[in-house]
Amino acid sequence: MARQHRTGASRGRTARIGAVSAVIGLVLAAATATAAAAGADLLPPLESAARATDPGFAGFSAARGQSFFDATHGGKWSCSSCHTRNPLQAGRHAATGRPIKPLAPAANPQRLSDPAKVDKWFRRNCRDVLERECSPAEKGDVITYLLSLQ
Amino acid sequence: MNRSKILLVGATLAAGITTPAALADQERFAMTHPTWNEECGSCHVAYPPQLLPAASWEALLGDLGNHFGSDASLDPATAAELLAYARMHASARTAAGEPTLRITRTRWFLHEHDEIGPATWQRPAIGSPANCAACHRGADSGDYSERRIKIPR
Ligand code: HEC
Ligand code: HEC
Ligand code: HEC
Repeated sequence: MARQHRTGASRGRTARIGAVSAVIGLVLAAATATAAAAGADLLPPLESAARATDPGFAGFSAARGQSFFDATHGGKWSCSSCHTRNPLQAGRHAATGRPIKPLAPAANPQRLSDPAKVDKWFRRNCRDVLERECSPAEKGDVITYLLSLQ
Repeated sequence: MNRSKILLVGATLAAGITTPAALADQERFAMTHPTWNEECGSCHVAYPPQLLPAASWEALLGDLGNHFGSDASLDPATAAELLAYARMHASARTAAGEPTLRITRTRWFLHEHDEIGPATWQRPAIGSPANCAACHRGADSGDYSERRIKIPR
């Protein structure tokens, strides 16, 4: 991409930049579509569950998901201890040093695409970070946050 | 140790016999079980089942909810499948008393790694002796041969 751009600058610059942005646009659109199709499916059941426990439930929030993700909740780890404060980037297991691929679907389309895997890791990681399972509202906020990252 | 190993291999080859399996098995392990590789390879490298005796794997796989301070719990069917695989390939070396849960505390491990000092283990890029892949670049495919060792600075 970088090289294309440079050649473009020496010849018909505007046309080249136009074409390049069109391609970038298409790639982004495709990435967004896959991510949305994957993770967004997880939200409706979590929403019903959240509403069942809290009749005042007013929808998930990416901002709440982000603060939840970056907080330590009284223990030694936060979600970001292993997944970093920028889940578009690769992380590292806080105890073993093992590299972990990015958690945001925009950076790693396989994320949030397998509901059983998502369930398993919420169960384990929430126990490690909060010493309890996460509530449906907390899971929905985190997923909304991860889906919002581009 | 290296030289004696070369001598041993040399002697074996000279005698016209193929390398004994036991020797080859010490450094290259076939990581052929996809569920093991996936489920036991997400938080750390999937360890070769050959490196602990059956009693250790039974204790480890029987208590995955309390796994070295982490929750590594699995559904019972998957845990049973992994235990069967581990038992089949487990080391025959057994020690008396409580089963060791750590490969890194076995006499075999301490012996193989006796040239590595405490300061090296604590380097940020290593962090823990259990982080095999930091030095053994082929650990994900079970290749611990000397050729693939590079100790990070
Ligand atoms: C001690 C390290 C650690 C901490 C802390 C941690 N995680 Fe994880 N998480 C992992 C590992 C390891 C995986 C699996 C890695 C892989 O599949 O590449 C994972 C996977 C996940 C997945 C599965 C995503 C998918 O679809 O593949 C989700 C969701 C997740 N973590 C959310 C969280 C949340 C929310 C928190 C905070 C409550 C958290 N994690 C804290 C290590 C951690
Ligand atoms: C949720 C994360 C996680 C998963 C999944 C996991 N482990 Fe672990 N494991 C750990 C942590 C954390 C340690 C401690 C690492 C350290 O001290 O450096 C560990 C350590 C170990 C050790 C001891 C390493 C040593 O020091 O010799 C063994 C053996 C082990 N795990 C086997 C397994 C097996 C078998 C599985 C699959 C059933 C598995 N682990 C899955 C997190 C995990
Ligand atoms: C700090 C770097 C480092 C770490 C971490 C490490 N090793 Fe090693 N390992 C070495 C070195 C150095 C040797 C010695 C090579 C030699 O002298 O033949 C070795 C030797 C070995 C051998 C013997 C190889 C042979 O050629 O016979 C095996 C098997 C092995 N390590 C397995 C492991 C396992 C399993 C782990 C994780 C539980 C691990 N190592 C962690 C550096 C490391």
